[in-house]
Amino acid sequence: MMPRHHVDDDLLLSYAAGSLAEGWSLAVSTHLALCPECRARLAAAEAAGGALLEAMAPMPVAADAWASVRDRLGSSVPAEDRRRPAQAVIPSPLRDYIGGDVETIRWKAIGTAGAQLRIKTSDGTTQVRLLKIPAGQPVPEHGHRGRELTVVLSGAFSDGAAVFARGDIEDADEEVQHTPTATPGADCICLAVTDAPLRFRSWLVRAVQPLLGI
Amino acid sequence: MSELLETVGRTRDVELFEQLFRHFAPRVKAYMARTGSAAAAEELMQETMVAVWKKSALYDRSKGAASTWIFTIARNLRIDAFRREKHPEFDENDPAFVPEAAPAADAAMENVQSVEALKAALDTLPADQVEVLRLAYFEDRSQSDIAAALSVPLGTVKSRMRLAVAKLRSALGGDTA
Ligand SMILES: [Zn+2]
Repeated sequence: MMPRHHVDDDLLLSYAAGSLAEGWSLAVSTHLALCPECRARLAAAEAAGGALLEAMAPMPVAADAWASVRDRLGSSVPAEDRRRPAQAVIPSPLRDYIGGDVETIRWKAIGTAGAQLRIKTSDGTTQVRLLKIPAGQPVPEHGHRGRELTVVLSGAFSDGAAVFARGDIEDADEEVQHTPTATPGADCICLAVTDAPLRFRSWLVRAVQPLLGI
Repeated sequence: MSELLETVGRTRDVELFEQLFRHFAPRVKAYMARTGSAAAAEELMQETMVAVWKKSALYDRSKGAASTWIFTIARNLRIDAFRREKHPEFDENDPAFVPEAAPAADAAMENVQSVEALKAALDTLPADQVEVLRLAYFEDRSQSDIAAALSVPLGTVKSRMRLAVAKLRSALGGDTA
C-alpha cells in the first residue's frame, strides 16, 4: 500500500536545495524511500537546482584547475559491495543510522507505556528518535515547540480523524495539539523528529505530581 | 550536456570529460563561492568534478538532466564541507524501498526535454519566490533563517516555496496536485 500522507512541497524544496538540517532530512528521505509519488515530486525541486546552477554567472577557475583535476581522475567508483539484507522493515538510510533493522534495536522505556531509541545525527538543531507505542495506547502526550515530523514504519496511529500507516508522514507545528494513538492490533513504530526536546508531558507530570503533592 | 555525460560514463573518455569540465567547473565554483571563500570554492569545485568523473557510469539520462545530477553531487559535498552534515538519501536497491507501480519512462524523458521549459518558468516566478529560492539553494538558509532575513512569518516562506514548486512542476508537465 502506498502512503496517503505526504511531504509538503516546502520541505521537499528545502531538502532538494540542501538547506534542510540532517534530522529533518532523515525523516523526508525515509518517507521518500517508501513513496514513489513524492520521489516524482522531488524531481522538480532537484531539476530547479540544476537549472539554477546552469544559470549561474560562471566564475573563473584556477589556471591549473583542469590539469590538477585530470591528475586526480582515477578509475571509476568500484563496483558497489554494499551489504544489504534480503528484507527489511526500516528503509535505508534510516536503517544505516540505527545500525540494523527492527529486531536489533535496544529500546529504552519511556514512562509506563512505550519505548524509544535516540538516533544520532551530525545536526545539533534537531532531536531524532524512534518511538514504539504499544497497540491501542496513546503516544505519551507531548508538547512541542516548532515543527515535528513523524514517519510511521510499522503499525499505525490515529490522530483525530486521520490514520497514519506505514510510510505516512505527519507534519505538525506548534499550533497542533494532537493526541496520536496507536491503532489496536499491533505496536506502532515511528520515526519522530523535533526541533525542540519532546516533552512527554503526561508522564512528566505524573512523575512530578508526587513531589509537588498534587 | 546530458548525452555527453552519459557517453563519458560509458567510454571513460578524458577529452570528452574536459568539455564537461569547461562548461560546469566555473558554474560549480560560483555555486560553492556563495557559501565559502574563493579558495574553498576552487577546492570544492575540483572535488565535485572528480566525483562527477568517478560516478559518471551511474548517471542515467532518463532520470534527469546532467545539470541536475551535478547539482546534487555539488550540494552534498557543500553540506559535508560547510555544515559537517550528511544529506540522507534513499537507496533504490534497498530491500525496503518501494518502487513505482509502473515505471514512468515517458515522464522521465519528458523531464529531460523540459529543462528549457523549467528555465523559462524560473524566469517568470515572482520576485519574492525567486528570493526564497536563492536563499534556500545558494545560501544554505533554513526556512526559519529565511523568514528572519526577510522579516516575514515562517508560514509565508513555506507558502512561497510551495507556490514556486507547483509552478516549476507544471512547467515540467507533471501533476500540480
Ligand atoms: Zn509521499
